[in-house]
Amino acid sequence: MITQTKRYPPRWSVLTIGVAMGLALAAWAPVRAADEATEALSPSARDWSFSGPLGVFDRAALQRGYQLYREVCSACHSLEFIAFRNLADPGGPEFSEEAVKALAAEHSVQDGPDEFGEMFDRPGRLSDYLPSPYLNNNEARAANGGSLPPDLSVIIKARTNGPNYLYALLTGYEDPPADFELADMMNYNPYFSGRQIAMAPQLFEGIVEYSDGTEASVAQMAKDLVQFLTWTAEPKLEERKALAMPVLIYMLILTILLYASYKRIWRDVDHD
Amino acid sequence: MAEAHVEEDQSPDTDRRDFLYIATTAVAGIGAAISLWPFIDQMNPTANVQALATTEVDLSPIETGQTIKVVWQGKPVYVRHRTQEQIKAAQSAPVDDLPDPETDADRVQQDQWLIVVGICTHLGCIPVSDPDNLRGEFGGWFCPCHGSHYDDSGRIRKGPAPDNLAVPPYQFIDDNKILIG
Amino acid sequence: MAHASTYKPRSGFARWLDSRLPIMRLAHDSFVDFPTPKNLNYWWTFGGILSVCLVILIVSGVALSMHYTPHADFAFASVEHIMRDVNYGWLLRYMHANSSSMFFLAVYIHMLRGLYYGSYKEPREVLWILGVMLFILMIASAFLGYVLPWGQMSFWAATVITNLFGVIPFIGDEVLAWLWGGFGVDGPTLNRFYSLHYLLAFLIAGVVVLHIWALHVPGNNNPKGIDVKGPQDTIPFHPYYTVKDGFALGVFLIVLALLIFYAPNILGHPDNYIPADPLTTPEHIVPEWYFLPFYAILRAVPDILFIPAKTAGVIAMLLAIFTLFLLPWLDSSKVRSARYRPLFKQFFWIFVIACVALGWAGSQSPEGMALLVARISTLYYFAFFWVIMPLLGVIETPKSVPDSISKPVLGSGSAAASGTSG
Repeated sequence: MITQTKRYPPRWSVLTIGVAMGLALAAWAPVRAADEATEALSPSARDWSFSGPLGVFDRAALQRGYQLYREVCSACHSLEFIAFRNLADPGGPEFSEEAVKALAAEHSVQDGPDEFGEMFDRPGRLSDYLPSPYLNNNEARAANGGSLPPDLSVIIKARTNGPNYLYALLTGYEDPPADFELADMMNYNPYFSGRQIAMAPQLFEGIVEYSDGTEASVAQMAKDLVQFLTWTAEPKLEERKALAMPVLIYMLILTILLYASYKRIWRDVDHD
Repeated sequence: MAEAHVEEDQSPDTDRRDFLYIATTAVAGIGAAISLWPFIDQMNPTANVQALATTEVDLSPIETGQTIKVVWQGKPVYVRHRTQEQIKAAQSAPVDDLPDPETDADRVQQDQWLIVVGICTHLGCIPVSDPDNLRGEFGGWFCPCHGSHYDDSGRIRKGPAPDNLAVPPYQFIDDNKILIG
Repeated sequence: MAHASTYKPRSGFARWLDSRLPIMRLAHDSFVDFPTPKNLNYWWTFGGILSVCLVILIVSGVALSMHYTPHADFAFASVEHIMRDVNYGWLLRYMHANSSSMFFLAVYIHMLRGLYYGSYKEPREVLWILGVMLFILMIASAFLGYVLPWGQMSFWAATVITNLFGVIPFIGDEVLAWLWGGFGVDGPTLNRFYSLHYLLAFLIAGVVVLHIWALHVPGNNNPKGIDVKGPQDTIPFHPYYTVKDGFALGVFLIVLALLIFYAPNILGHPDNYIPADPLTTPEHIVPEWYFLPFYAILRAVPDILFIPAKTAGVIAMLLAIFTLFLLPWLDSSKVRSARYRPLFKQFFWIFVIACVALGWAGSQSPEGMALLVARISTLYYFAFFWVIMPLLGVIETPKSVPDSISKPVLGSGSAAASGTSG
C-alpha cells in the first residue's frame, strides 16, 4: 500500500506559472492603441417597457412607430419579413383588422400571371408583405450613393445592445470635431462604427403628426421606433414571456419534488 | 446483486413516501405530455398559410352561363353564373330520388351563383365542365375518371360518386364580390 | 462488472417477448437493476443530462427541418418564417440553439470530471475513446448547424473553417472545391452542410449507444477511483440514480429554460441576424463560445521553422483534440482519482484555468495581451498532456487510497476528507 511520506510546498506550480504570466503580461500590455477618433461610443442604457421577465410592448408606441416607419423610414428601408396581417397580430401594434385591410389596400401589389400570361397590379391584401422601396439591393445602392439602407426587420437583433444602440444612433447626430475627416456624402455620428454614417439625420421635431396627438419630439420618435423595430425583430416576445412563467413554475415544482424524493430514497444509503 | 435496498422498506411512513413518489412521477409525466404539444402543433398550418385560407372572387366579369375556376386553399372551386334554364332545371330536379338528396336552395345563396368545390366525391378527380360536350348527361359536370355525372346544382345524378360536390363556406361581401373560406 | 441478469418477466407476453427479443431484459439490466457505485457525486449526473440534451436537440431539430429551406436565397428567410409563422417555431428554434450551447457546457463538465477522477484509465479506455469521438462529432455537427441560418457569421465561419483544409499539401485547392461544391462557400455548400448536420445527429446517437455499452461492461468509475469490491459498494441504478439524475436534470433544465425564455440570443452573435453577404466580412469573426479555446489555439501558433503559421495553427488545433485519444496512455499514474493525487490536482486546476483563458483569448483579436495569454495557455495545454501527465506518475507520491467504497470500519470521517487517514 502506498503511504504518504513527502510534503509538497503548497501550490508551487500555481505560483510559478502565475508570476510568470503576470510579468509577461505587464511587459506586453501597452501594445493596444485604439484609434479614439473613430471608435464608436457605447450607447447608454435606457429603460424599455419590453425588457425584463415581465416586460411587454407599449401598444401605443408600436402604433406610432409604425406610422413613423411608413412616413419616414420606408422611403429607403424595407421591412421584408413583415406582412400587413402582422400589424393586427396579438402582441404587435394590434391595429384593427379593418384598419390594416385599408392600409394594405392603399398599396398596389403585382400579381399574376393572369390567364393571358400578363402580370397585373391589384390592391394589397392582409397576406401581402410590406412593399419594398427598391426592386433589389443594387437599385438601393445606386439610389443612396453606394450605401445600402439595410432591411429593418431584425435590425435590433443584428446590433449589439440593439434597442439602446438604435436610440443613441437616431438621437446622436452632431457636428464633427474640427479635426475629423468626414467623407463625401457622409454624416458624423459618434455611435456608428467608424463614426461616419451614410444616413443623414431623419428625425426632426414634428416631422410626423402623430395620429394619437403625441408630441413628435426627436426623443419620442426615437423611442417609438425602437419599440416598433424591437417588435418586428421579435414579434413573439410577449408570447414567449407569457409562456415563461408557467414553464418555470412547473420546472421548479418538479425539481423540488425530485429533490424530496431523492432525499427520501437515499435516506438509508450510507454514502459520501 | 444489490437488491437489498429495493424491497426492504416497510417503514411506518410508507404511505407518505408512496404519495411523494406518485406525485413526482405524475407531475413529471404530465409535464412531459404537455411539452409534446409544441412539437405537434408546429405541423399545423402556419400563420402565412392561414392568411391565404380565404379567396376573394370578383363576380362582375363572369357572364351569364360562364363558369370560372378559382383556387381556394389549393383546391379548385367552380363559380358558375347560371342561366335561367339552368336554375329552373336545378330547382325542378326530383330531390327525393337523388343519391344525395338536397334542394337547390340549400346549395346556393343567390340563385344565379353556384359555387362548388371541384373535387369529385368519388376518388378526388377534378370533374370537367366543357361547354360543348363534356358536361355530363345532366348539364353540370362530368368526372372523366369513373364517369360521375353532376347536375346544374353540383348534385350527383349518375355514376359511382356517393355525394354531391361540396359547397365551400362563402359569403357575399357585396353584390359583386364573394369571400370563400 | 458484468452482472447476472435479475430480470423476471411479469406477464405471459413479457415471457414471450423475452425469449424472442430480450429488449426489456436489456433495459432492466442496464437502467433499473444496474449495480452502480453508491458514492457517485453530482458531477456524475451530466451523462444523463447529456442524453436528455441530445434527445431535445434531435426532436427540436427534426421539427425545425420541416420548415427550413437549405437554399442560399431562402435559408435566412425560412429561419425568420420559423420565428414568425410556425406555431411555436420561435420556441423550437431557441430551444435548439440554446440546447446546443448547454450541450457543450455539459460535455465540458463531463469530460473534466472524467479527467479529474481518472475515468479514462484501464479498464475504461474504449469508453473514453468513444467519448472523444462523440466530442469530435459534436464539434462537426455544431459547426455545420451554425452555418444553416445563413447569416453573416454562418457564412464567414463556414468560409474560415473550410479554408483550413486549404493547408493540406498539394491537393488543398481541390479538397476545398470538393468541400464547397463550387469556388467558395455558396448554395451547394449550404445544402450539403444541412444534409450532413442531419446525418451527424443520428451518428452521435449511435455512438452514444456504444458509449453506454462500453460504460456498462466495466461499470461506473467513482470519486474514489477504486474498483467496486462487492455488493456492499453498489446500489441499483433505479431508483437511486434515476432520481438523483432527475433532480440534477431539473436544475439543468431550469437554467436552459431561463436562457430560452429570457435571454434566447445572449449566447449568439448579433451579426448572424444579418443575411450572409459574400462581399462583406464582419469586423470580428468569432465562433460560438464553446469553440473559443480551440479557435485561440488555432491563432496562437506562430511560424515554426519551415511550417507557416496557418498550417501550424491547424495542426496544433487538431492535435489539441486528437491528443485526448491518447490520454489513457499518456497518464502514467496508477491512481485514478485526483483526490489522492496532490500534484495532479494542482495541475488539473491550472489546466481548467488555461482552458478558460484560451476561451477568453479566442474572443479577442489575436494581438497584444490576448495573443500572449493564448500562447502561454496553448503551451500549458500541450505540456499538461504530453509532459506533466507522463511525468507525474513517476515523481508524484499519491496519498493512501481507501480499500473500499464502503466506509472503513474505523474512523468517522471519509478517507477523502482527511489527508492523513490511512
